[in-house]
Amino acid sequence: MRCAAKVTRRFVSKNVVGRITIGVLSLQGAFREHVEAFAALGCATTLVKLPEQLANVDAIVLPGGESTTQEKLLDSSGLREPLVAAINAGLPTLATCAGLILLAASVLDGRADQRPLAVLDIDIRRNGYGRQNDSFEAPLTIDEIGAAAFPGVFIRAPKIERTGSVVVMATHDGVPVLVRDGPVWGATFHPELARDNRIHEKFLMQCS
Amino acid sequence: MTEARTTGTARVKRGLAEMLRGGVIMDVVDATQAKIAEDAGACAVMALERVPSDIRRDGGIARMSDPEMIDGIQAAVTIPVMAKCRIGHFAEAQVLQSMGVDYIDESEVLSPADEAYHVDKWAFTTPFVCGATNLGEALRRISEGACMIRSKGEAGTGNIIEAVRHLRSILGDIRAITQAAPEELFGWAKELRAPLDLVQEIAVLGELPVPMFCAGGIATPADASLVMQLGAQAVFVGSGIFKSDDPAPRAKAIVEATTHYQDADIIRKVSTGLGDAMRGESNPQIRFEERGW
Repeated sequence: MRCAAKVTRRFVSKNVVGRITIGVLSLQGAFREHVEAFAALGCATTLVKLPEQLANVDAIVLPGGESTTQEKLLDSSGLREPLVAAINAGLPTLATCAGLILLAASVLDGRADQRPLAVLDIDIRRNGYGRQNDSFEAPLTIDEIGAAAFPGVFIRAPKIERTGSVVVMATHDGVPVLVRDGPVWGATFHPELARDNRIHEKFLMQCS
Repeated sequence: MTEARTTGTARVKRGLAEMLRGGVIMDVVDATQAKIAEDAGACAVMALERVPSDIRRDGGIARMSDPEMIDGIQAAVTIPVMAKCRIGHFAEAQVLQSMGVDYIDESEVLSPADEAYHVDKWAFTTPFVCGATNLGEALRRISEGACMIRSKGEAGTGNIIEAVRHLRSILGDIRAITQAAPEELFGWAKELRAPLDLVQEIAVLGELPVPMFCAGGIATPADASLVMQLGAQAVFVGSGIFKSDDPAPRAKAIVEATTHYQDADIIRKVSTGLGDAMRGESNPQIRFEERGW
């Protein structure tokens, strides 16, 4: 396991690490864990709270947290429009949990005024698996990162209810939990809490 | 098809606390206030019958809220709902768990039920947050299963001084422990009356193994900025919002101040024209912070 990770790290570092900076949206939520995951892979990160901080990043991470809070802060900080423009222009994006809610085309069981960025063709249901007592861990099979199961951590997780033009990379109980549309990746679980950086690593490899 | 799932693990319990980082958790007493809090951008609400300043004023015994009132708040908002049980009152905690609240606060603001023991929090699927005034207290709560620590401050006073004292005490001791020699950690454990393995863990981590938030006395956006700069990872605001002149804009301002806590220009902007903050209480008769052992 450890050995395999080292080999991949060299591969990543040769191609990408050292040349790029990952922006991590840090308005609210578990952004620190993403910073730590990329740091462990030897990749630089910068926190993004204001539009000007988006200018020099090579990819963006939308972390877990509370989607309603994050959405309001996207508006008050003026980040909404530049972020949508950047993602639509092809900025590689990794969104987890609340971050994926922000990306969706439409949000079910959300607040009436919830207005997602609509850059990923999925519909998503907030707290689709229930409240905190229903939060769970489950092993996930993700072919693209190797045979070993990935520890899926689902916390008040949203549930993907419709997938349009996206590729489903993993499912749990037949429901998509990891999807991508080109450079835009979204997980309903928290790879940043898994102590397993294979998803971050795989994401990095396409950020050159 | 049903694939295996495990609920109630330390990772999902602590994980929710991690999701609340950088956010504001607001005390609310009814569905209307809960909506105002959610509209303002609160990352969670704390459902309780009376805010701490009213508990202070009214006296009497403060208990867990009526389940009907908590139900109403759960129905009104989409963000996590927390609720308080009395220190050591595991039966109240069981009721809160059966209601599906997202976090249980075993809180010194309510009247303690047990003068020797806190709730065995490992026994619950629902995660717990507990208050602490110093590192020893924080580690004892973590050893009992708390998944989030909040510095206590002095709830309902609108006075930030106790929160600052508690944060500085906890974080200062953590900084000292990271510099300690391995054999000195035995002495730290004895002095703190805390489990050695947790003391050894923070010597390596340089922080608590669970998120640490700040509570008790936050009344302004600058207060939120202050405690975030001191090292809190999120803030609880109780009486500070709904005992102020104009709660909605103040709530929104504190949310923005917590996110942009290092940016004085933004703190200035959001602090402007908010009306009067809660009046506050400089010499409280009851000291909530002394409850808990």
